[in-house]
Amino acid sequence: MSALLEIRNLSARVDDKMILRGVDLTVNAGEVHAIMGPNGSGKSTLAQVLAGREAFTVESGQVRYDGRDLLALSPEERAREGVFLAFQYPVEIPGVGNVYLLKAALNAIRRHRGLPELDAMEFLALARSRMKAMDMRDELLYRPVNEGFSGGEKKRNEILQLALLEPRLAILDETDSGLDIDALQIVANGINALRSPERAMILVTHYQRLLDYVVPDFVHVLSHGRIVKSGGKELAQELERRGYGWLEADADAAAAQVPR
Amino acid sequence: MSDAAVDHFVADFARHAKTLPGARVPWLARLREDAIARFAERGLPTTRDEDWKYTSVSPIAKRAFALAPRPALPELDIRAFGFDGDATHRLVFVDGHYAPALSDIGRLPAGVTLENLASVLTRAPDALEAWLAATAHETVFASLNAAFMSDGVHLRLSRGVVLDAPIHALFVSTAVGAMVHPRNVIVAEDGAQATLIEHYAGVDGAASLTNAVTRVFVGANASIAHERLQHESAAALHIGAVHASQARASRFASHSIALGAALARHDITTVFDADGCNAELDGLFVAGGRQHVDHHTRIDHAKPHGTSREYYKGILDGGARGVFNGKVVVHPGAQRTDAHLASHNLLLSKTAEIDTKPELTIDADDVKCAHGATVGQLDDDQLFYLRTRGLDAPFARALLTYAFAHDVIERVRVAPLRSVVERVLFARLPDGQRIRELA
Repeated sequence: MSALLEIRNLSARVDDKMILRGVDLTVNAGEVHAIMGPNGSGKSTLAQVLAGREAFTVESGQVRYDGRDLLALSPEERAREGVFLAFQYPVEIPGVGNVYLLKAALNAIRRHRGLPELDAMEFLALARSRMKAMDMRDELLYRPVNEGFSGGEKKRNEILQLALLEPRLAILDETDSGLDIDALQIVANGINALRSPERAMILVTHYQRLLDYVVPDFVHVLSHGRIVKSGGKELAQELERRGYGWLEADADAAAAQVPR
Repeated sequence: MSDAAVDHFVADFARHAKTLPGARVPWLARLREDAIARFAERGLPTTRDEDWKYTSVSPIAKRAFALAPRPALPELDIRAFGFDGDATHRLVFVDGHYAPALSDIGRLPAGVTLENLASVLTRAPDALEAWLAATAHETVFASLNAAFMSDGVHLRLSRGVVLDAPIHALFVSTAVGAMVHPRNVIVAEDGAQATLIEHYAGVDGAASLTNAVTRVFVGANASIAHERLQHESAAALHIGAVHASQARASRFASHSIALGAALARHDITTVFDADGCNAELDGLFVAGGRQHVDHHTRIDHAKPHGTSREYYKGILDGGARGVFNGKVVVHPGAQRTDAHLASHNLLLSKTAEIDTKPELTIDADDVKCAHGATVGQLDDDQLFYLRTRGLDAPFARALLTYAFAHDVIERVRVAPLRSVVERVLFARLPDGQRIRELA
């Protein structure tokens, strides 16, 4: 069986700045991968490139998703094919109701999958049940997208979208940042409930904290734009104890040896 | 501007002076003569005039517009311009002439006079003399209007009367080359309240000239809401002025929605003639193709303790040009003035243009005044966010454009009017229909 996501030697830059410098990563359906690394290592860039952000230019390498060339797809095509990015900083969109976006998103994806669109009643019933699981107030449905949401509410809203859209590949960018411990548990429970043999997840995180609740199958350390170490869940604990310094020194040494 | 154009209007006036409503009333005939003289003296504005710097009226000069004859019983389906739902007191004017068959004034509470202006001018014009004679802030087009004014809405509210249902005054242009000069006179005595919707529409291809003037006199503690919807045909030229005068502690709310016409200029002004007045001036203009849409507003804080809030948004696409000039003048002695003015504009194409200029002139020292103007494009972060949720790029752009306009549309208080504005806006946006289905 081929991998759900296969990243080969991916390099990307923003303007003149190289951020990803040859990332290799294979993710199979059913797996949860954590990508850790210090600030500025390229974690968020990797997440955004996978979602199709045009501000980043892919210099080289390839990304196969479900056997297709992911990089050839527009952001909306990726979403409809089952790629979901939970944003580190969910965007506020004044004037667009949250319920409106959720319904538009779900129906765009259902149309693509050949499923009947949900009408307003069906959609609300579904959204409410998912919100309950996320301990979200109904009122947040009727507010503009993320506007006036607390940091925790924004993150929960991302996981609510994840739960509604049921992607095959979920990329969660620093979903734990800015959450207090109660909110972290709710979000983690939401993520855990979505683990399934058909679905893969990539958790991008700076801290090991989230991984206490969402236990990954694999942990990778990204440093200076490439994966410098991979291991099991115990690698996260080692990073928590030792920090990133020892790996960065290795990475710097490795980088120094490669002619650029 | 060419004298030929001025001569043309003067000659047309001479041709029609004897048949204009109230032609036999000496003071009214003199008022019209004086007005055409003022017009002739000033001539049409040019872009050398500060107030017309960005708006050329040469399309008006180039074409010999003439007063439209009263149409035979107009076979006009006004449902296309109607409002669903709420009851209104409706007056319909076709090419400047009142169309009783299409109108439905309905039942009015005691103390409300609502009729078409031409009837009043013909039957009992003297009550209107003081209101028609007011020429403060008269623009050159208002002078032209005063000469030709033929019909419009006359609303008079006695002291303390509250008219619940809005008045819907619909002006439809159907004739190519026709000019109409609607004049509306709204007089609210102390404590009275009403809402007037002034609605300009055109049948497709009607290359007409509308030159409208609305005077609003708001008595002490009275409250008038004025909703203006300009949705003329894409070939039309539209000049519209709204001038309010406010007495003590009165409220005036103006919403100007400008969607149509090839060339449109709107002048909206209010003067605080006494203490404690409140004015709210909101607007939305949407233009594409080669449309040109101009709003000039002015709020005169002539007396103390006045509050004004002004909020305008513009959406410009294609090669459209927008102009917004918002003037707030705080006169000497107008202490404790609280004024806020904002103009936000969205450019959807590289060739669209906006000239926005908020202007505060402050001659008092104990005031709170603020203004701001922005010009921007759609936000890349928002677009990306929507696309990662499966919304295709054109739809995401349409949704964000609608979202930009949303808060101004929300300020329109008459729900059926709001629906009309949304319907028109959706029709203008690519994929707009999909937004509507989701709403």
